[in-house]
Amino acid sequence: MSEARTPPAAPDPAARPVSGPPESLIGQRLPRPDARAKVTGAAIYTDDIQLPGMLYGAMLRSPVAHALIKRIDASKARALPGVKCVITGQDVPAIRYGNWRLVPELQDETVLATDKVRFIGDEVAAVAAVDKDTAEAALALIEVEYQELPAVFGVDEALADGAPAVHDEHPDNLSLRRDIDYGDLEQAFAAADYVREDTFTTHAVSHAYMEPCSALARADSDGRITLWTSTQTPYYVQCLLARTMELRENDVRVIKPAVGGGFGGKMELRPWDFCAAWMARETGRPVKFTLSREEELATGRRRHPVKITSKIAFRQDGTILGKEVTAKLDGGGYNGMGPTATFLIGNFGAMLYKVPAYRYRGIYVYTNNPPAGAMRGFGAPQALFAGEMQMNKAAEELGIDPIELRLKNAMEPGDAIPGVATIGSCGFRECLEKVRELSGWDARMAAKLPGEGLGIACYSFISGGVFNWFNTRYPFSSAEVKVFDDGTAQLTTLAADIGQGSDLILCQILAEELGLKIEDIRLVTGDTAACPQSDLGTWGSRVTLMAGNAVRDAARQVKERLAEMVSLKFDLNVIHEIACGGGHVYSKSKPSRRIPLGEAVAMAQRANRGRPLKASGYYTPRDVGLVSPAFSFGAQVADVRVDLETGLPEVQRMFTVHDCGTELNPMAVEGQLEGSIQMSLGYALSEELLMDRGRTLNATLLDYKLPVAEDMPPSVSETVETYEPEGPFGAKEAGEGLACPTAPAIAHAVHQATGYFCRELPITPVKILRHLGREI
Amino acid sequence: MEPRTITLTVNGDRRCVAVRPNLTLVEALRDELHLTGTKQGCGTGDCGACTVYLDGRPVNSCLTLAVEADGRSVTTVEGLAPSGTELHPVQEAFIAHGAVQCGYCTPGMVMSSAALLSREPAADEPSVRHALAGNLCRCTGYTKIVEAVLACVGDGSCGAHGAAAAEGKA
Repeated sequence: MSEARTPPAAPDPAARPVSGPPESLIGQRLPRPDARAKVTGAAIYTDDIQLPGMLYGAMLRSPVAHALIKRIDASKARALPGVKCVITGQDVPAIRYGNWRLVPELQDETVLATDKVRFIGDEVAAVAAVDKDTAEAALALIEVEYQELPAVFGVDEALADGAPAVHDEHPDNLSLRRDIDYGDLEQAFAAADYVREDTFTTHAVSHAYMEPCSALARADSDGRITLWTSTQTPYYVQCLLARTMELRENDVRVIKPAVGGGFGGKMELRPWDFCAAWMARETGRPVKFTLSREEELATGRRRHPVKITSKIAFRQDGTILGKEVTAKLDGGGYNGMGPTATFLIGNFGAMLYKVPAYRYRGIYVYTNNPPAGAMRGFGAPQALFAGEMQMNKAAEELGIDPIELRLKNAMEPGDAIPGVATIGSCGFRECLEKVRELSGWDARMAAKLPGEGLGIACYSFISGGVFNWFNTRYPFSSAEVKVFDDGTAQLTTLAADIGQGSDLILCQILAEELGLKIEDIRLVTGDTAACPQSDLGTWGSRVTLMAGNAVRDAARQVKERLAEMVSLKFDLNVIHEIACGGGHVYSKSKPSRRIPLGEAVAMAQRANRGRPLKASGYYTPRDVGLVSPAFSFGAQVADVRVDLETGLPEVQRMFTVHDCGTELNPMAVEGQLEGSIQMSLGYALSEELLMDRGRTLNATLLDYKLPVAEDMPPSVSETVETYEPEGPFGAKEAGEGLACPTAPAIAHAVHQATGYFCRELPITPVKILRHLGREI
Repeated sequence: MEPRTITLTVNGDRRCVAVRPNLTLVEALRDELHLTGTKQGCGTGDCGACTVYLDGRPVNSCLTLAVEADGRSVTTVEGLAPSGTELHPVQEAFIAHGAVQCGYCTPGMVMSSAALLSREPAADEPSVRHALAGNLCRCTGYTKIVEAVLACVGDGSCGAHGAAAAEGKA
């Protein structure tokens, strides 16, 4: 376990063993190369950077949920000694931006409010000053006159006749609709033996990444911008910052230092990115913004609250005949990534089971709540809370075991979702069988005790999105591989590690391809000016599959050149397969015909008049439907005991079986699953952004209540092995789809234990006690 | 507010720094002394990312004013390892057990874990989970962090290291 930490030995490739097949790095529990810097405090995050002359930025935010800005006067703030710059919406171009470049009318935000504020926390002005105290003092001196407007805080309220319009362009507060239709739904419901309809609501939760957002910008004398920012998508930030500042994309350089988690919350250009850059250019001094935790919780992006109505038709034997889902998303004041969420909820509503006829009607509704955004699972936790709760209720009423009902309808390899996707690898049935065994399901279901219950829920998830809402003109993932005559290699990619460990995985993939060790690979990443165009960043569990495929593409081209050198040197028959392993390039059928990799590189350079040996690799999913090139699956059982006096549900144990294709690094996969269970346990039981007319009431981590070490139940996980043909070495998603089943599995267990059937997350003691008829 | 000059021992070095009276210790460490290993995750004492030792005892440095550290000894994560090449056993264990993901909680986790092990070298799982309940993590579910700390129990070396660091002698 210590290889990655010891300094690389002097290169002596010939000394490495070559007898027998070289040990594969795939499936190894390799520790992360960045871990040493992180345990010693040496890793540099954005807020850790200080530049000479740096100014501190702060944002002025709207104190009201919906208002016209009648007047802004920043003159007193500008006059405060130590204040170097103040900007309002009047001082900067009113350019609309957003990640949905493909459909410009969906880009509904400006970096600072111009005429109107739409939520408590909407960014109104920004200050840059010599220190934090002065910046804070200046905010208090900015005079803003608001003319308050009636506001709306729920989807039904926003859709009601006569409701105030959050955006004038959408008088009905309906931002967009997404529909999905296939099969004959009327026929399905007419032929059904059993139909049920349920409505569920899910709540807003915070990503609660540990590192608050931070951005530091510097302007060069020629006006070019360098921005260090805590982002999971440096390319989007580069493009959108250029657009909002009216610069060319190449005039903006975005650097992603170490990032302290994102979970979907750091994948857009945010106002402080822009304000840091704009004010750096105005003042000629670097400007840094770092958000407070209160700003993060009270105004930051959050998981969309959704109201979902699901109607499902079964035959008596449990076969699903059709399903109709409507979803109303509370988008808050702006679209953000909402259009994608609206589409994905529809897809996740019918991705797990064979649903021959499906109708989805999703609408995205503007309200005066803080805007929602992408968050781990992105639509799937809401869709699957509804879908899996309903499956369990249907099983109960049909008199079929919930696992049996799922086995009857489970997706299988090769199944098609009409017009949407074809399932490649799929170990769903195996997951169900295994979790039944692992959790002792049958015995427990046969002997139920009051206050105790097992619950089950499942998931399927994507491995990267096929959709190009950003309308990029570059490949979705790119990688450049260079090899050197000292037997080492360099990987350059904009793929964004935000803590999940993808840097290690990509190095592992390259090292495997080239037959090198992890410590032979130097990684250059996180800089739009240094990395090949482009990589769409971290979201939708795309990095391992897409960037991994780009790395393999580049590596294979390099290997081809190296193989030519071996072929030439040993005058090999053209039928020889030539491979890389143990630091050598060799003939597979005659392994003694080998050259150290560095020597092969030197030969290739000589043959090419000194030109370095390098290759660019790319991956863009094509002809794989509308959603994703690959799908993961899993099943989870929760063992819950409910205190019937206090109503407190206590999770005794979680059982998880998942299919993520090949586990490239089991330690990394486990880390993803374990972290997902923490976040999802919070989603189920304790976490909720409590809102009162647009105001967040619990904007501290103490009151927000994400689970601590003592709250975590024991947990058992197992893997079902499949091989995903679209993924590098057979790999696909891990740890994002698992954000989905935990809440419905716990809710199902609570239902078994108490009879309380949760239709409204989170599951709280008060709700359980009310069901039990207790006085609260 | 007029600045005050304070003198404190940080990781064994005497440092003199002028601070505003309202400056917190974490701000002084990060912004004035450029010891950015200590992280601020909340500023309200809820997340534990800013955990340092003040005279050997773990504190949230976001709830401690810099002036309170005047004349006292502070150990940060940068001072926990006995040397530039040798790590504290807890740091080694965090690496080997995959207890590090985004790393933002890690300095605080490492400091709280080392403090626990120096107080309680034979800590069991419930006491590890209890000791870390003031340190929030959003990536790992705490599983591998707890495993890493438990792996240090009983190897004998941790108590001594922890105590040395806790006393500011590291």
